[in-house]
Parts: sequence; C-alpha cells; structure tokens
Amino acid sequence: MNNFSAKVDQFVDIVVNQGGSNKIIEGLQNTLLIAILGLIIGIIIGTLIATVRVVPKYKMLPRVLNAICSFYVGLFRGTPMVVQLLVFYYVLLPLLNMQMTGVKVSILVFGLNSGAYISEIMRSGIQSVDPGQMEAGRAVGLSFATTMRMIVIPQAVKNILPTLGNEFIQLIKETSVVSFVGASDLYVAFNYIGTNSYEFMVPYLAMAAIYIVLVVLISLGIKLMERSLRKSDRGH
Amino acid sequence: MIEVIDLKKDFGNHHVIKGINIKINKGDITVITGPSGSGKSTFLRCLNCMEDPTSGQIIFNGVNIADMKIDINVHRRHIGMVFQHFNLFNNKTVLDNVSLAPIHVRIKDKNDKTPKKKIIEEEHARAMELLRRIGLDGKAEAYPSTLSGGQKQRVAIIRALAMNPDVILFDEPTSALDPEMVGEVLDLIREVAEDGMTMVIVTHEMGFAKEVANRVLFIDDGRIKEDESPEEFFNNPSDPRLREFLSKVLV
Ligand SMILES: Nc1ncnc2c1ncn2[C@@H]1O[C@H](COP(=O)(O)OP(=O)(O)O)[C@@H](O)[C@H]1O
Ligand SMILES: [Mg+2]
Repeated sequence: MNNFSAKVDQFVDIVVNQGGSNKIIEGLQNTLLIAILGLIIGIIIGTLIATVRVVPKYKMLPRVLNAICSFYVGLFRGTPMVVQLLVFYYVLLPLLNMQMTGVKVSILVFGLNSGAYISEIMRSGIQSVDPGQMEAGRAVGLSFATTMRMIVIPQAVKNILPTLGNEFIQLIKETSVVSFVGASDLYVAFNYIGTNSYEFMVPYLAMAAIYIVLVVLISLGIKLMERSLRKSDRGH
Repeated sequence: MIEVIDLKKDFGNHHVIKGINIKINKGDITVITGPSGSGKSTFLRCLNCMEDPTSGQIIFNGVNIADMKIDINVHRRHIGMVFQHFNLFNNKTVLDNVSLAPIHVRIKDKNDKTPKKKIIEEEHARAMELLRRIGLDGKAEAYPSTLSGGQKQRVAIIRALAMNPDVILFDEPTSALDPEMVGEVLDLIREVAEDGMTMVIVTHEMGFAKEVANRVLFIDDGRIKEDESPEEFFNNPSDPRLREFLSKVLV
C-alpha cells in the first residue's frame, strides 16, 4: 500500500508541478470537442438521411438519394472507426492534397460515422410518430419538409432522446482512438504522464475515473432532459 | 366548387374507387354514408389529394389538382380537413395548433409585406378569437394531451377554419368520441354549416344528416349509388343495398 501511495504522490507531483494538468485539460477539451461536435454533425447528417429514407418513393430523385444514403450508412457502419480515421487521414487527405489537424479530422470522421448510426435511430424515431401528424400537416397545406421539421422530427427526437444519449456516450468512449491520427485526447495526456514517470498504474486509473465521471454526468443530463420533456407533454 | 370527373383509385391490384363523377357546389352540405370499407375515406382523401387518384380529375376552383405538376400545397390551404382521430399536433400548444399554418403561409407569402412579428400577433389574436368562440380560450397554452376527445375535435375544426378554407372535409368526425362528447362536436359543425361553409362529411350520424345536409350520398363498392336530398334519401331509398344499409343503421 505504501508503494501505491508513493505512486499517487508522484502522479500528483507531475500533474501539479510538471505541466501534467495542462495536458489533462487539453486532452479533456479535445475529447469533449470531438464527441460533442461529432454528435452535432451526426445529428444533422442523420436527420437528413432519415428524412430521405422516409420520403415516399414514387419519383426518381428520392429513389436515387435513398440508394446513396443506404450505401453511406452501410459503409460507415460496416467498418471500424479507427479504420475510417486512418483512411481519412493517411489516404484521403494526401490524395486530395489537403492538410488538417488530427482533431479536425477526428471531428469530421466522428460526425460522418455517427451520422450513419443516428440516421437509423432517427428513422425509427420518425416511424414511431403517428402518421396522422404528417397527414394533418399536409392537410393544412404545409410541405412534406416543413411538416417534417416543425411537427414530426421534434416528436421523433423526443422519442429517441435516450438512444441519442447512448450514442453520445458511445462517441465519448470511442474518442480514445483519435491518437492514431495525432489528436491529443485524454489517453494521450495520461500516457504522457505515465511515460514521464515510468509508472502507468495511477495515470490510467485516473483516466478511467474521468471517463466514468463523464459518462455518469451525461446519463444524468439525459434523465433531466427526459423529465422536463415529459412535463411539457402533460401541459399546464 | 369541386368537380370530380371519372375518379378511380387503386391500391395495388385492389380497385377501391371505381369511377366517381360528382359536382359539389358552393354552400353544399354533403353527407356521405355507406358500408365500412366501401371507399368513403378514400374518396374524401382524393378530394384534397391526400391520396393521389389513379386516374380522373379533381377540378377545384377551376384547377385540376390531381395533376402531379401543380403545387398541391397551395390548393390544400383552401380545403380544410378534419380527421376521425383529430390529429392535433402533439408537440404544439392549442394556440399554435390553430395558428401555425396561417402564420407559416403568410410569412412565406411574398405579397404579404407585414413584418413577421405583426403576422404572429395578428394570427394569435385570430386564433384566440376562434378559441373563445368554442369556449376553449382558457386552454390556449395547454398541450393536446390534456384535452378531452370532444375538445380535441373542436380545436381540430377551428384549426381548419383558421385557414379560411372554401370547403371542409370531415372523415367520421365523431366516431372516435365517447358518446357524451358527440353532441358538442356536431353542434359546432352545425354552426359552421349555418355560417355558409361548404362541407363534405363522412358520417353515420343519420339524424344529423337529415337535419343539416342538403344532399346525402350513398357510396357502396367504390361507386356513388345514391345522391339525393335527405328527404328522398331516407324516405324513398331506391337502391336495394341502400335500403338494406338503412335498415341496419336506423334502428
Ligand atoms: N393506404 C391504403 N393501402 C391499401 N389499401 C387501402 C388503403 N386505404 C384504404 N385501403 C383499402 O381500401 C378500401 C376502402 O377503404 P376506406 O376508403 O377506408 O373505406 P371506408 O372509409 O368506406 O370504410 C378498404 O378495403 C381498405 O382496406
Ligand atoms: Mg373510413
């Protein structure tokens, strides 16, 4: 046990006196940035794809768009996130002769990837809304897109909020691979501390604790949001 | 006002509407009745192209709205619709349910130069006035889930009225209601009828039909079998299927 408390002391020393805290803050920022912006991009892409997939398919254009969307979803759900990151960073960017930081690439790839998953979540959310809602919107002369935006999607989002929360937690967890493309996340920060002290037990324990706290906080946030939404259901 | 020419509607191989011709004039209160599954709802929903006709024309104010090339949304704004299951917007307050579409239409209308804020104010005021008329102004900020069935359907009716439509279509507006709430909804429909609104109403409320309608249609097997004044329809039914139908519903 003595040994352990010595390790803790050493860890605290690096964090407080040797710039470790800056690394951790930077890592935490990047982890949250990638997960949050990735989620936002994912919700936008996912909602667009889900809308395309529920549009009536009499005409050519919706059918073509639908095929493109299925391909997209299949591609991003069928390959691991790490592979997508690596391909984007080491294959696509050089081919396009473009340069981007690891964090930006991660945000983009996380957005594209979660867009594929969220499209499926959103589609089931849309399908869970009573078709009478769309009919009523169309009957007062609103377009399909307007009814979707003002009436159906808000109700769908409410239905899928817990699932979206899980997707966010999933993204937070998956950020632990972004160091593959050179983004400094929580893992990079604690790995740096460990490497400096030749001692990994406490740093990785602290890292695990931070992930747990993040996930618990997010779960709590979702619960609160759900509760306030249910209130608006009951009215005044 | 609405002229239906040789309307047919199939669902796959299932021929539901088998050729309907009818003219609905301004001020007509038309009641449609007939056996379950005979195509009443489908016919009604073809009138505002909620179902796209398989063939035939729906001439509304001189325009064939069954033509896929026209912008149907513009025309639907002049055709109100009231559903069996109310279909109020669950995520909107009662006030927003009534005012949402009029606000949206006016904001999008390039000829309406009124500032957005003013439009919202005016349409909220109009919606409140309509709500006051049905005694539900106190519920303006409530959500639909807190209303009774009768209240929901009355809000749905003024939601249709708020668009200032030329005609309102009703699909069995009282058949999802508890019996004690049927009266309040029929009373409101009667009031709107007395104000001169053109209406097409699918219903099995025969007493209401006798009293309010000026023509009653019997739809059977995807065709109009009878199109008469209520007196003729109920006292002198010529079609044998109608006689059989009436003997069942008029107990
Ligand atoms: N969207 C649809 N798809 C397939 N069949 C339908 C659809 N809507 C109605 N039908 C069929 O059309 C027939 C007539 O239905 P409907 O117009 O609802 O009858 P009614 O309102 O007179 O009871 C029924 O057999 C019904 O199953
Ligand atoms: Mg019906």
